Amino acid sequence: MAVDNVRYRIGKSKGFRALTFVFAIACMVPLTAILFFIIRAGITRINWHFLVNIPRPVGEKGGGIANALVGSVIIIALASVIAIPIGILAGIYLSENRTGRLAYWCRLAVDILQGIPSIVIGIIAYFWLVKPLGGFSALSGSAALAIMMLPVIVRSTEETLKMLPPSLKEAAFALGMPFHRVVLKVILPVGISGILSGIMLSIARITGETAPLLFTAFGNPYLTADITAPMQSLPLLIFNYATSPYNDWHDLAWGASMILLLWVLFLNIFTKLISAKWKVQL
Amino acid sequence: MPTSLPAPAISTPAVRDTVNIRRRIRRAFRQIRTETVFKQALVISGLLLVILVLGILLTLITQSVPSIRLLGFRFIWGSTWNPVKDVYGAFPFLLGTLLTSFLALLISIPFSMAIAIFLGDYYPTGWFASLLKNAVELIAAVPSVIYGFWGLAVLVPMVRGLEVRLGMQQPLGVGIFSASLILSIMIIPYAASLGRSMIQMVPGHLKEAAYGLGATRWEMIRHVVLPYTRSGLFAGILLSLGRALGETMAVTMIIGNSSILPKNLFAPGNTMASVIANEFTEADKTVYLSALIELGLALFLVTVVINIIGKKIIDRLTND
Repeated sequence: MAVDNVRYRIGKSKGFRALTFVFAIACMVPLTAILFFIIRAGITRINWHFLVNIPRPVGEKGGGIANALVGSVIIIALASVIAIPIGILAGIYLSENRTGRLAYWCRLAVDILQGIPSIVIGIIAYFWLVKPLGGFSALSGSAALAIMMLPVIVRSTEETLKMLPPSLKEAAFALGMPFHRVVLKVILPVGISGILSGIMLSIARITGETAPLLFTAFGNPYLTADITAPMQSLPLLIFNYATSPYNDWHDLAWGASMILLLWVLFLNIFTKLISAKWKVQL
Repeated sequence: MPTSLPAPAISTPAVRDTVNIRRRIRRAFRQIRTETVFKQALVISGLLLVILVLGILLTLITQSVPSIRLLGFRFIWGSTWNPVKDVYGAFPFLLGTLLTSFLALLISIPFSMAIAIFLGDYYPTGWFASLLKNAVELIAAVPSVIYGFWGLAVLVPMVRGLEVRLGMQQPLGVGIFSASLILSIMIIPYAASLGRSMIQMVPGHLKEAAYGLGATRWEMIRHVVLPYTRSGLFAGILLSLGRALGETMAVTMIIGNSSILPKNLFAPGNTMASVIANEFTEADKTVYLSALIELGLALFLVTVVINIIGKKIIDRLTND
């Protein structure tokens, strides 16, 4: 009787172990399915022509996504220019001020920013920039994406700088260096790897964002570099063409999806390698 | 030689020192000024973040005032959404959001908890563990528009097949169930990675004590690990829920975009986020636009509260 009971308990334990394994491994299935499917569907569409041409009207074969590639690069570059300085400065502020009222509110603000649904940020950018400027523009899209980048950069900067040994800073102060030189010449160079990986993660995060661009950058079937005009971006193109009824446009969207997916995966894996090499904790 | 007269006077040691000292003092003052400016820049950028969040809240509130004033509580309980006739009842969207999010959560919890236990207790190290860990993080990295596109091409036909087999009247494929499925994949990483780090923090002596009393591995997990990490796992699930509530693009592409109150789980519907994405640029009337922004405000408040609660739980756990 007792042996039976023990056998039952061991069997139950093994059963749950097997169940855990099955469920855990099952999570890899959708990821591999998505990677496989997108790459299989996208790889045949990608060639030189695809990268340097703009989309053709419905019914005409061919066409490419040059406008979306250029647009994405411009929008992201502009967003980085806005977000990186503010993000790093705020991160330094938080790491220097562990306590205090403003630091508390600032930390709370970062947590809130991290959780805001991206569509709400689109609404905000619409009212802050699109309406006052009188039209959809790449600039407003960049601002929306910059808001999304901020919390990631602030967090990674703060966490990286917090982990540096205080002796480093004290040594620099003991030499009579002023605060800004201690930060710029000692603290930032030492923590640069962590900050860089934060920046890259934030870029990876915003590259795929569509919702904030819907009513800001809006999309544009033509190639443009004018940041006050509507501009196409990769995720916008995928959304618009994937939900259209035309097969030619679906093809463009598959190609664009593959490029977007590979770029995001590349950024993530590259960041991971950097942080593994420099032992950064994110 | 009148011009060369002052030269020897300057080069006396005493004069040289005063010039040097004066120069040094000037430099020190300049450094101090830069230091102050730098410190102010830090404070300003910190303040900027606070102002940004307050500004977002304020903009949402002021812009949704027309709708709040005109519609009041009818907005929440009204089940008809017909902008052409100026009828704005957001109940179908509230229901759509709650249904998709909680269904997605229900589907994803077994998977995310399995990953958390697998990586936290059974196999914390090893090549397969790091492969699984990275794969789970990549799930979070894939852009939502790609989930949407893949869902349209692969998941929707599968769900349509299921609906045909169930003998449904209109097998559409798109609908609340499909949206929940895609959402459930997308939110796995949030609960899984937090759960893993929480389970890894369980002290070894507690586990060993359980083994010492003759517990099997499952009994140890069930009676030591899970109770010990209960609030951490809960926080992870909250973060997942926050993600699911605010997720826009994948849901918009798959849910079918119907403003009619959904009759069953397979019916097409709309969530708060998807209706904003679909109709914001078409909203030509002040009340219409304002009603959409009120949805955004509700979304903002709900996700903020959920995220802050989750964050507070995590902070308390990691500080102890």
